[in-house]
Amino acid sequence: MKSDRTFFWRKLHSISGLIPIGVFLFVHFAINYTAFYGAETYNQAAAMMGSLPFRYAMEIGIIFIPLLFHGIYGIYIAREAKNNISAYKYEKNWYFYFQRVSGILVFLFLVWHVGTTRIPAAFGAEVNFDMVASLVANPVYLFFYIVGILMTTYHFSNGFRTMLITWGITVNRKSQNFGKVIGVILFIVLSGIGLTAIFAFVS
Amino acid sequence: MTTNGKLVHLKIRRQDGPSSDSYVEEFEVPYRPSMNIISALMEIRKNPVNKDGKETSPVQWESVCLEEVCGACSILVNGKPRQACSTLIDSLEQPIHLAPLKTFSCERDLIVNRKQMFDALMKVKAWIDIDGTHDLGPGPRLAEEDRQWAYELSKCMTCGLCFEACPNVNDRSTFIGPAPLSQVRLFNTHPTGKMQASKRLESIMIEGGITSCGNSGNCAEVCPKEIPLTHSIAAMNKSTTAYSFKRFFVK
Repeated sequence: MKSDRTFFWRKLHSISGLIPIGVFLFVHFAINYTAFYGAETYNQAAAMMGSLPFRYAMEIGIIFIPLLFHGIYGIYIAREAKNNISAYKYEKNWYFYFQRVSGILVFLFLVWHVGTTRIPAAFGAEVNFDMVASLVANPVYLFFYIVGILMTTYHFSNGFRTMLITWGITVNRKSQNFGKVIGVILFIVLSGIGLTAIFAFVS
Repeated sequence: MTTNGKLVHLKIRRQDGPSSDSYVEEFEVPYRPSMNIISALMEIRKNPVNKDGKETSPVQWESVCLEEVCGACSILVNGKPRQACSTLIDSLEQPIHLAPLKTFSCERDLIVNRKQMFDALMKVKAWIDIDGTHDLGPGPRLAEEDRQWAYELSKCMTCGLCFEACPNVNDRSTFIGPAPLSQVRLFNTHPTGKMQASKRLESIMIEGGITSCGNSGNCAEVCPKEIPLTHSIAAMNKSTTAYSFKRFFVK
């Protein structure tokens, strides 16, 4: 009994989706959105991020380790479910099912996303507007981005809704409905920002 | 006994024993107004002849109260988990498909082994300690305001429909199920039960406990007693979270 740390790990998994991953998502989307104002603004923003102090420590501690933990433990959690959406077509069961589907798709997207941006950067490629523009010039890659962005915004927004339940913040019907409204607004706003940003790279 | 020669067409998933293969057998029984699933099954028992006119063994099922308070007659009716007693034939499309619940192991025909639910209730200490070695006297009273909603939780009859509908209750997962979590809320609300509140919370803060809930919400959708299971689970999330901080920083 004493050595059972399930509660701790599950709660850590839940909060890690917001802090630091959700916070990173907001920063990342904000930086991306600067592409809407032109290549030069985007390059300035990217250079600013690249010149932050303790960059590697922050990348590892705030981005890579939390993402790997959330992703791998998330797949372990998703494997526990026997999805039954065909027999129980209820609204929240759809959210539940899609949370697991989107989680796995985001994981695959991120492997590709890191592989096509950070890995070349590690070998000396410069992270700038042209790098992304040349990627999305390929319609297949643009499609990957659109799906990846929507899966990410869904997973985060619905995850935020369920996190409010998981931490006992939204308990009754009224507050859980309110949580859903917040989730829908997050999804619309984040999707709008993310898609506007990626289309800014399409010439 | 038939009123107008009308028949009820049943397709029943049967199984001769716990380790036998299952098969489907069809029946046609005489219709009467206001029949429920149980009375249709009783007709088969009266005359165990299948649709092809062949004599067969009567279909086995479990039921006790016949008024939706015991929870024994849970089965799948047209793919939906229902109480056989409160499911009226007139409300269903025919042929009516009957099958045992899938989450539990089948004993025979429509009878399943519901032991895992009672084990879960034992695990979470879903009772109130009333006796010591001497008379402890009357316990504190429950405020009427709390009694009203707590009474709703006490309607749980361990029927297993929430277990059946929950995607996280299955042989790959150790989840104890939705109903026992709601019972922790009930017994931790009771003024005498509250005295063991931390023990009950500890019992659901381990593997297979409250953190195995994935918020699919199916439990509350299928509950025949309309127990607000999702809200009970959220309330227990609040209690366990608060308790975990208390355990780490204070206690």
